[in-house]
Amino acid sequence: MTIGLHHYLAVAAILFTIGVFGIFVNRKNVIVILMSIELILLAVNINLVAFSVYLHNVVGQVFAMFVLTVAAAEAAVGLAILVTFFRNRGDIAVDDASMMKG
Amino acid sequence: MCFEWSFDPLMALPAIAFYVLAVVTVASALAVVSARNPVHSVLFLILSFFSAAGLFVLLGAEFLAMLLVVVYVGAVAVLFLFVVMMLDVDFTALRQGFARYMPLGGLVAGVLAIEMIVVSASVATNGAAGKNDAPFVATDVTNAESIGRVLYTDYVYFFQAAGLVLLVAMIGAIVLTLRHKPGVRRQVIADQVARNPRTGMRVVSIKPGEGIGEPSFAEATEGRLTANQSGGSVLRSSEGA
Repeated sequence: MTIGLHHYLAVAAILFTIGVFGIFVNRKNVIVILMSIELILLAVNINLVAFSVYLHNVVGQVFAMFVLTVAAAEAAVGLAILVTFFRNRGDIAVDDASMMKG
Repeated sequence: MCFEWSFDPLMALPAIAFYVLAVVTVASALAVVSARNPVHSVLFLILSFFSAAGLFVLLGAEFLAMLLVVVYVGAVAVLFLFVVMMLDVDFTALRQGFARYMPLGGLVAGVLAIEMIVVSASVATNGAAGKNDAPFVATDVTNAESIGRVLYTDYVYFFQAAGLVLLVAMIGAIVLTLRHKPGVRRQVIADQVARNPRTGMRVVSIKPGEGIGEPSFAEATEGRLTANQSGGSVLRSSEGA
């Protein structure tokens, strides 16, 4: 009945998988793709914190904080690009977003 | 009070909390990627992050749990909600490939999940963390203090770099979404202060029977420049036209 490290790792693995699955099935909806990336980063954070606690080393939580920072910055810039894209195109379908193709 | 069977409710409470939080996290993550309405997706994302914060509390990482609630629920999810509601997009058209990519995505996701769970189980039992049974809870210092002792000494340059990342992201988001509308006439304090009677006034002579029309912006600017160069001579708007 005790909860060990592998329980947390299993939850993180399932979350990561759900994030990858979300990127697969929502190929047109870039907002859901960004949310799937957030889920993947959350899975990484759960892994870091679980290992940090079970290895008795607090550095993992520091790195989880850095991952959190990068995830917030990525969400801000991604949504700003999305707003600019919507202003220029009037749509956010990303599967035909080949304007910048050389 | 002694139980015949070896079930202690106080010992089982963390396990019950873990399973409830884990199931809610995973179920709401599934709802994020499969909801029809993106607003529902964002709300399920908030629920998922909140449950993950509960998992962090169970692990003993209270500071990171609070950070997750503040940063994600308070900032990132609200930003997502803002963008989803601001963009006027037909979201049903964006779900067209959902059923088509479902089998392949499910296959890849299933294989990935099985592989990762097997690897993580073996790491958890045979790895360096396998010999440590109980989660480490420091009693002398709080969680935030122990993080701060490491973050502000060994990782201070990383801390500064993280601040730089946030600064660059902030500037980037502002630059990307800033719009310069042409034709907007804003108040320029320096121009107003630098005005004198010579530049701020011009004398026009009206031809009889024509009346006076609104001078265009370019004409007015040109007239002011001419007045500057020619030393305040009397301008006639009819000459320029």
